[in-house]
Amino acid sequence: MNLLSSLRRNYEQGRISGVLLLGLGILAAILLFSAIGPFFVDAVNAQVGAVRPRKPPGPEYFLGTDSQGRDMWTLLIYATPNTLKMGLIAGFIGVGFGTALGLIAGHFGGIVDAVIRVISDALLTVPAIAILVIIAGNIDRMTTLVMALVVASLGWMFTTRTVRAQVLTIREKSYVEVARVNGESQWEILFTEIMPNLMPYIVASFVGTVSGSILAVIGLEALGLGALDEMTLGNTIYWSQQSSAVLRGYWWWWGPPIVVIAAIFIGLFLTSVGFDRFANPKLAKR
Amino acid sequence: MSKELLRYLLTRFGQLLLIIFVAVSINFIIPRLLPGDPVQTALARLQATGGAQNVDIQAVSAAYRAKYGLDAPILEQYFNYWLDLFQLDLGVSFANFPEKVSTMIGNALPWSVTLLAVATLIAFSVGSLLGARLAWPGSGRTIKSIVPLMMILTSIPFYLLAIILIYFFAVVLKWFPPAGGVDTTRIMRLDWATTEDILRHAFLPCLAIILGNVGFWALGMRSQMVSVLGEDYITFAEAKGLHPNRIFVWYGMRNALLAQVTALALSLGSVVSGAVLVEVIFNYPGLGSLLYVAIRGQDYFVIQGVVLMLIVSLAVLLFLVDLIYPLLDPRIRR
Repeated sequence: MNLLSSLRRNYEQGRISGVLLLGLGILAAILLFSAIGPFFVDAVNAQVGAVRPRKPPGPEYFLGTDSQGRDMWTLLIYATPNTLKMGLIAGFIGVGFGTALGLIAGHFGGIVDAVIRVISDALLTVPAIAILVIIAGNIDRMTTLVMALVVASLGWMFTTRTVRAQVLTIREKSYVEVARVNGESQWEILFTEIMPNLMPYIVASFVGTVSGSILAVIGLEALGLGALDEMTLGNTIYWSQQSSAVLRGYWWWWGPPIVVIAAIFIGLFLTSVGFDRFANPKLAKR
Repeated sequence: MSKELLRYLLTRFGQLLLIIFVAVSINFIIPRLLPGDPVQTALARLQATGGAQNVDIQAVSAAYRAKYGLDAPILEQYFNYWLDLFQLDLGVSFANFPEKVSTMIGNALPWSVTLLAVATLIAFSVGSLLGARLAWPGSGRTIKSIVPLMMILTSIPFYLLAIILIYFFAVVLKWFPPAGGVDTTRIMRLDWATTEDILRHAFLPCLAIILGNVGFWALGMRSQMVSVLGEDYITFAEAKGLHPNRIFVWYGMRNALLAQVTALALSLGSVVSGAVLVEVIFNYPGLGSLLYVAIRGQDYFVIQGVVLMLIVSLAVLLFLVDLIYPLLDPRIRR
């Protein structure tokens, strides 16, 4: 009841905006789709040669079939969670690692800070795909989990930058000064005084990192560097490109994965815009 | 030149050298961290995928072992690697033995650079102008209704837009060619027919990159413009009775653009990443397609060369943006 009334109050104050609700709604719909979808379809139909190939959408095959004889609707239901999974894993690792580095850099300063800052700034400006291609190209057996790790290796810099800047601001606040005078240790101050105030920034970074990771994953997969024996949205695009599906007019092969990918990105984008307003009430008044 | 400006330029130059150093080192280290011999592994993969059936594999292998001294101590290898780079020697392609990687990159580079430069400039100018208009209180309702469209365009990866564009404009309507840089039968000459052919092929890839980026610039400019328009000097300019157009361009846009140029420097990396994939989708004869073909054919030194080229040229570009910045913002020049 308490939670409900606080939600209502926030909504009335304009902190929970329509944009945030729309974004979260889109994401919830996609999650629901991938959670309950498998109960309605037969996984066998997503395997190569399971159904008649190159059928346009119709009553028999809701979204048609590809030229390798896979039912697109079934494929989509199994591919979507895999793609989301990679984005979430990479997001968690990237944000976790990035937060740790940002805390260390901002709190301890000095030479550690300088090294972390220079490396993260340098990596931020490099085209991620170039480094990821080198790493992914050297891995012999790619799986979705390894893919998430590869992408996470370049998914921490933005979080580090944000967290570091915030730590530098927060540590000058008077309540941190009070804690220091009270004799709290460095680590106590870090985890009980500074960490809780970073949460909005960490959540915002998480949404951005998940979005960036999914973008990188799909990019690598479109180049043929993904886990090709697993069903993902990026691999579906890759296979449709390999079979010249665009030129041959099989729009139902590349169209649906693009729509789902677009929905994921729009959902994440709206959520991050809406969350900005939630975390920063000054924006809500605009 | 003042002391601060010199310091600024030296820091930026140091950053350029650092990025190049890190990129080259990563390129050197990652293959060597993996078990086995890079040349052996690459050749074995190449054979397995049938990429080099008409190549004397022993000759290639021997040539590489001699050239790269793979049995030498690791530091000596690293030193030689740098030495080769300074002579622009990026090795030789496996799949197209004995063509030099530097030649292949040299052929692809002009295509990529032109496409990316033109598309980014158009997207940046159109987006910034649009964004400034969106924040301007005097603009009508119609222009403000494009905000959701801009949001959608920013969030969709632009190589996916490329696929949609090919389908509608090249497959269904047949207005533009679906792939390639020029007609395969064309003999390249400096005449109008060739130019027109190149432009026709470049149109859709260019449009894909523009559409994918314009929203980013428009939304960024809008928020910058909103805060600039709240400044006191704008109120003062209004009080002086200046013409609204003059305030819009010389007081509003000019100041809001500063942040946009910083954003340009930071976002170039992701623009290049996206453009690589757009080239792949369009089979456009630039660095992206070269990279894609090399990945598919496990053409090891070509992959390394293209990646190095992408990172280094972007670092140089960033340095150039940093050089321009003091010209725009006098506060740094002081």
